[in-house]
Amino acid sequence: MDIFAQQILNGLVLGSVYALVALGYTMVYGILGLINFAHGEVVMIGAMIALAVVSILLSAFPEMHPLLTILLAGVSAILVCMALAFLIERLAYRPLRNAPRLAPLITAIGISILLQNIAMIIWGRKYKTVPQIFPTETFELFGASITSVQIFIITISAVLMTGLLVIVHFTKLGRAMRATSESQRVAGLMGINVNKIISVTFMMGAGLAAVAGILIAGNYSVVHYSMGFMLGLKAFTAAVLGGIGNLGGAVLGGLLLGLIESIGAGYIGDLTGGFLGSHYQDVFAFVVLIVVLVFRPTGIMGERVSERA
Amino acid sequence: MSFLETHALGVRYGGIRAVRGVDISVEEGETVALIGANGAGKSSMLNAIAGVLPHTGRVSFDNEDLTNRPVFDRVRLGISMVPEGRGVFGRLTVEENLLMGAYLGNSQKDQDLDLKQMYDFFPRLKERRRQTGGTLSGGEQQMLAIGRALMSRPKLLLLDEPSMGLAPIMVEKIFEVIRGVSKTGVTILLVEQNARLALQSSQRAYVMESGELSITGESNELLYSPKIRSSYLGEGD
Repeated sequence: MDIFAQQILNGLVLGSVYALVALGYTMVYGILGLINFAHGEVVMIGAMIALAVVSILLSAFPEMHPLLTILLAGVSAILVCMALAFLIERLAYRPLRNAPRLAPLITAIGISILLQNIAMIIWGRKYKTVPQIFPTETFELFGASITSVQIFIITISAVLMTGLLVIVHFTKLGRAMRATSESQRVAGLMGINVNKIISVTFMMGAGLAAVAGILIAGNYSVVHYSMGFMLGLKAFTAAVLGGIGNLGGAVLGGLLLGLIESIGAGYIGDLTGGFLGSHYQDVFAFVVLIVVLVFRPTGIMGERVSERA
Repeated sequence: MSFLETHALGVRYGGIRAVRGVDISVEEGETVALIGANGAGKSSMLNAIAGVLPHTGRVSFDNEDLTNRPVFDRVRLGISMVPEGRGVFGRLTVEENLLMGAYLGNSQKDQDLDLKQMYDFFPRLKERRRQTGGTLSGGEQQMLAIGRALMSRPKLLLLDEPSMGLAPIMVEKIFEVIRGVSKTGVTILLVEQNARLALQSSQRAYVMESGELSITGESNELLYSPKIRSSYLGEGD
């Protein structure tokens, strides 16, 4: 088995999930200038809801087709996460729309802690195993092995990301979102209900987050109330790497970060003579964050269009 | 009741009372200018009528009380504003900017028709339809902003300092466009620092001073009023 090819493949799988989550960060940032630190927790809630629905369906209808089970679980998780994001924006962020920027940021961190604790109370403190719904098959690809779950992750992510880019760039709703992110005042003058567009943006991000939660739960076969925290930070890093506020940047940043982490973790042992092991994987994301912030704070694609007066 | 009426309109802006109880009225089809020195409260008036700034007092338009209606609702009723500084979406293409103006509706067919009409009206915009708004010159942006405002088929067009920052030849062109729009029957309320142009392009005018109305009258009379000439037209005697 080719180790390098394997790391690239693992990196792409991980990166797809980062990209899905990073899109949520970057969309909200683009429209409100807010870093929604509660976004990682929405991913976790998505995974938890999906797991709960799967457990109920498996015990109530053991004969149900696995695809239908996963579909129902996915739809439930998406709907719950969208409702949750709607409420977070409506109740926590909107009253602070005109407050100093620090206020909503701290509120976001507060919501993140609140959601973690609520999840802990509901689902307990232990790691929960995800039942295997599909029989996992392994395939060979360029000398690397890929599981059916991994293929599923990459496919679903690619479809959703393409769908989002199409919506944002080629539909009336997307045009309104882009207009609102440039100027809420002028968007209002076009007859756009800016609050509605902001709600929709939060909900779209949350829908992607729910799917990301399910994918990551499927990949690692385990969920935990704190799983959204680190994932959220990394996706945020991915968004900054790509250029926060830029959708294509979020996708690129997510994939790159996944690759960097995966390849880094694969070779860090050799590079340090065994002094540091692959459990230092998380270090890479934050080294990347620091490097980007120091040398290119606007990220890879975060070039501002010049706006002549 | 007039087409557009404000009653005791008051606006607070940045901690100051920018507009202090102003009553104006505009009849259907008229072009009315609002002139005055920098900081007299003209723009605040316009923004309050559009619903961008909160206000006290009353605004009514086309027999509807606008007072508690949000900005997007006022657009639905037929008010369209070209904001100061033009407010072109710099990252949207010219065509996307125009389509934003038609956000609230009309059938696809009407929208295509309006788009074609705008391109006939502003051939320059047609040439640049695929470029982003941010790459246009100031004058082109002003044309785009006016075209975009017209895409909603407004009954009332609010223009905030359309000549600002433009070369004299461009200013001429823009005002030609404004007079053309007026001829199509659209009611216009124009805020403009260039008092001469504003008076030449309107039927009536209100002069504002420190948030209050000081002089009102027919534009062609105001053009020859000694006080206006010395204070606003730069023709001291």
